[in-house]
Amino acid sequence: MEQDGSNSEPGPDVQVPKPDVISFLDCDETIERLYFYLDGELTETRRIEIQRHLDLCGPCVQAFGFETELRKVIANRCKDHVPDSLINRVAAALHDEARRQAN
Amino acid sequence: MADQKDFSDLAMVHMPALYTAALRLTRNPSDAEDLVQETYLKAYRAFGSFEAGTNLRAWLYKILTNTFINSYRSAKRRPEIADVEDVEDLYMYRRLSGDQPTGLGRSAEDEVVDRFTDTEVKQAIEALPEAFRIAVLLADVEGFSYKEIADITEVPIGTVMSRIHRGRKALQKALFEFGAARGLVGVTDDGR
Repeated sequence: MEQDGSNSEPGPDVQVPKPDVISFLDCDETIERLYFYLDGELTETRRIEIQRHLDLCGPCVQAFGFETELRKVIANRCKDHVPDSLINRVAAALHDEARRQAN
Repeated sequence: MADQKDFSDLAMVHMPALYTAALRLTRNPSDAEDLVQETYLKAYRAFGSFEAGTNLRAWLYKILTNTFINSYRSAKRRPEIADVEDVEDLYMYRRLSGDQPTGLGRSAEDEVVDRFTDTEVKQAIEALPEAFRIAVLLADVEGFSYKEIADITEVPIGTVMSRIHRGRKALQKALFEFGAARGLVGVTDDGR
């Protein structure tokens, strides 16, 4: 099993948070949850915890902003133009396949 | 049940995204084109088993990923990043900002990031070990959710999360090193 073993100290993850109780997070706990938050993979309660921390913490806001920006850059810089020859090739292959199936 | 005669209308629009993924996976245009063509042919043949109204894009990615893993991956080995394990949170941000956040508003760090080139970003992704590359690509370039990626790659969601998170950090490190190599970002000896 692969685990994210970056934090071996007994942290907040050791005591499983109660689903509906909003707790206060420190900076480390907030940064640990950064990707889950930006990925939209947190429950409402867990999301509110992050927002409350960010409301009060400029450095974490900046770190979150940086990661958001970096992700945008990665997605935008990673586009490629499909060659027309490939579009034609695939269309022709599908056409041939349809004919083969019809016979 | 999906009807084969609808296939082209529904599936061809996804080719740019599939081609991009194929390029990052195979790391060369000729293999990428073959992989895309093979994906479309397999998808066409199996289209009867696709449930109309479900996520066609995810289904196509599943075929692409499986085809890649089964037919292309061992063809050409290239050096990959070895230390995906050790990269800390906020790797690039901490190196760009030092310990002093610069204040409010659009920061100098954000502007540095904007200057990375297409080639640098693509090479950094291509340098990730395969399992991490697939996870990061599906999450950050294609925008799939953890659950969708777990379905596409057929691995448990916990493993998917771990691969995405660790892959991203390794990607940041690779990208930072490319940036440092061309003087885009300052290099500090102590790594802080």
